[in-house]
Amino acid sequence: MEFDALLLSRLQFAFTIGFHIIFPAFTIGLASFLAVLEGLWLTTKKPVFRNLYLFWVKIFALSFGMGVVSGVVMSYQFGTNWSVFSAQVGSVIGPLLGYEVLTAFFLEASFLGIMLFGWKKVGEKLHFFSTCTVAVGTLISAFWILAANSWMQTPQGFAHAADGTMIATDFAQVIFNPSLPSRFAHMVLAAFLTTAMVVAGASAFALLTKKAIAESRTALRMSVLMMALVAPLQVVVGHESGVVAHEYQPAKVAAMEGWWETKAQQPTLLFGWPDQDAETTHAAIGIPGMGSWIVAGDADAVVKGLDAFAPEDRPPVWITFWAFRVMVGMGFLMVGLGLWGAAVWLLKRLDTATLYHRALVLAAPAGFIAVLAGWISAEVGRQPWVVYGVLRTADAVSPVPAGSVATSLIFFMVVYAIVFSAGALYILRLISKGPDTDEDPPKQTSEPPGSPLGTGVKSAATKEG
Amino acid sequence: MLGSDLATIWAFLIATAVFLYAALDGFDLGVGILFPFAKDRHERDQMQAAIAPVWDGNETWLVLGGGGLFAAFPKAYGALMPAFYLPIFLMLLALIFRGVAFEFRHHGRKSGKKWWTVAFSAGSIVAAAAQGMVLGAFIQGVNVVDGEFVGGPLDWLTPFTLLVSAALVAGYALLGAAWLVYKTQGELFERARAWVKQLALIVALAMGAVSLGTLGVDPRVTYRWGLTMTSIDWGTFIYVAPLPIAAGTLCFLLWRGADLRQHLQPYLYSVLLFLVGYIGLAISLWPYIVPFAMTPAEAAAADNALALLLWGAIPMLPIILGYTAYVYWLFRAKVSDEATYH
Repeated sequence: MEFDALLLSRLQFAFTIGFHIIFPAFTIGLASFLAVLEGLWLTTKKPVFRNLYLFWVKIFALSFGMGVVSGVVMSYQFGTNWSVFSAQVGSVIGPLLGYEVLTAFFLEASFLGIMLFGWKKVGEKLHFFSTCTVAVGTLISAFWILAANSWMQTPQGFAHAADGTMIATDFAQVIFNPSLPSRFAHMVLAAFLTTAMVVAGASAFALLTKKAIAESRTALRMSVLMMALVAPLQVVVGHESGVVAHEYQPAKVAAMEGWWETKAQQPTLLFGWPDQDAETTHAAIGIPGMGSWIVAGDADAVVKGLDAFAPEDRPPVWITFWAFRVMVGMGFLMVGLGLWGAAVWLLKRLDTATLYHRALVLAAPAGFIAVLAGWISAEVGRQPWVVYGVLRTADAVSPVPAGSVATSLIFFMVVYAIVFSAGALYILRLISKGPDTDEDPPKQTSEPPGSPLGTGVKSAATKEG
Repeated sequence: MLGSDLATIWAFLIATAVFLYAALDGFDLGVGILFPFAKDRHERDQMQAAIAPVWDGNETWLVLGGGGLFAAFPKAYGALMPAFYLPIFLMLLALIFRGVAFEFRHHGRKSGKKWWTVAFSAGSIVAAAAQGMVLGAFIQGVNVVDGEFVGGPLDWLTPFTLLVSAALVAGYALLGAAWLVYKTQGELFERARAWVKQLALIVALAMGAVSLGTLGVDPRVTYRWGLTMTSIDWGTFIYVAPLPIAAGTLCFLLWRGADLRQHLQPYLYSVLLFLVGYIGLAISLWPYIVPFAMTPAEAAAADNALALLLWGAIPMLPIILGYTAYVYWLFRAKVSDEATYH
């Protein structure tokens, strides 16, 4: 493998977008959660909702800030590293990104100011309106970026101009391309789930350490409700997304599933070790026929394997295969935790189910892992194309020397490591402190004696003082 | 509408976005540049409080500048960005540091707070300097053949770009100081007044130096201004002479405004000063969107893309300007003495 400008640019894009997506995935859901909390505070005037709002808005501010700065990078990187791509497709997806800035970015950034700094300055209705506006802005933003990305996956409504660049023949077709509906829904639900997992984990942690009991019980209920409803729905939407991918990007689905041979009775592999050179999946363990049944609705349907594509048109199989499995695994983990939560809730034991609380703390990052793995499988799986079937990634890179890209990549890695570790530290510190509460603080003796979680928090609290 | 008309409209709109970026994010970058000159932590808290609710919106104009160039002039975007690879990347890194520092300064404990104070200030300075280098490299022209950048990775680094870079840092510092005059009171207000006076002088000298340097980058520029090394074509120069005169007048007004303890006027004068410099640049470089290589019509996206974008921009830009103005109005009060974050 040669570390040329192409490979380095791909690594840099993967690295910077991988870091970036963590924050929108969290803030899209968190903004909506905050809007709901503030709405409940205004209608019920119960202090728990206000306390929860003021707690999560701090975490929102930190995450949103990191999302903004890592997002500005993206808007320039198309040009610095993928200038040929930009010049080629600018007339098609440029307007989509332009609309994202015009309809979402300004909206979010401006009303964020009121949301973060206006609590004591403006009326409560205007403040609530600002929170809602930010929440809507995050969803609009997700729509446009998913429209652009989905067009790159399933392009339609374009033609080549005389100078070789692409132009749109029908923007409605470009925007509402075949994979947009399922991929947009899949992403938004993923964002909601990611937030639900973090809120659930933080609330469970607070309950385990006996802090802000009323607030944490409420937040736990809200997040378990979200999990129990959305996680199963996400399985359905994810399946739909897979069916669309199978129709338009069969090589991607073949790589996700580790299918090398075109045949009937394609299996669903639970484990396997895809080997690109040997064109086989070693140690495959799976359920025969289930793969065909999932993508075509019939176990006897003949489904394309990677042998239907020339080797130079195949994506890197190992990464796609495993990223897909990690995503699905996390998805089912969230389904399981949602059901478990619903069950203990029905048995009226949600507040005392210590084992469940511990599981939630451990599973708090599940949404992030699923989002990252899902994006890796979607983006690696569409290789070697940057615009599927039209423009190869190798033909899209900028005429910049490898030295420049290596420099920027190394610095990005160092800077992101510093900035995002600090951000994570500050967020975890806030979470370990928990929301402010109107209740009396618990007596020292009520803390679980000798529990590692309890002592960890106690020592953190001592440092705090 | 003809394609060339659309391209001209979009060139004008993107130029406006970039100007608004400089006028708005310029002052919050400027506040960061002035951070090392503040007396103590309390003063720095007040300085940051003067920009905290609006900086994110300000920076969005940079995204519109970059995203708009991609959308409306993909060929210019594709030619310019690789040419400015390293300074753009430097700017992005610096913006990351200063952007997160707003929140992080507030959350950091003792050493963390110190570190993020330095990061905020250094990030602001480096971001401004990198933008200055991009601007300088833009003015001196880009080596483009068949729509593709063919120069070297360090073409952007010349004495001229370093001069422009220093001038832009001074210019942003002036905007920042004038903004602080508008937003603060007491001791910090007095200090900011002194900064405005000093910076008005420095910026006047810097603008003069950059103007002379710009005349030297290409004979087409010299010709445009009716100037050569040895003679002046008064018939041409008379039309552009109001610009340097206006710049000089504005610098004087700035100095006097600070002297007379005016509050908002110094900021408005410094924005006008930026506008004068900006118009001067437009005169020098017109009609190029990639200097001396590509015009807007040559770099433009397809007509239907420009038209679609315009249909979005016509309603959205006034709405954006409206709510931006509203947010500024909401936070119009001077920063109180016991200002804290949030």
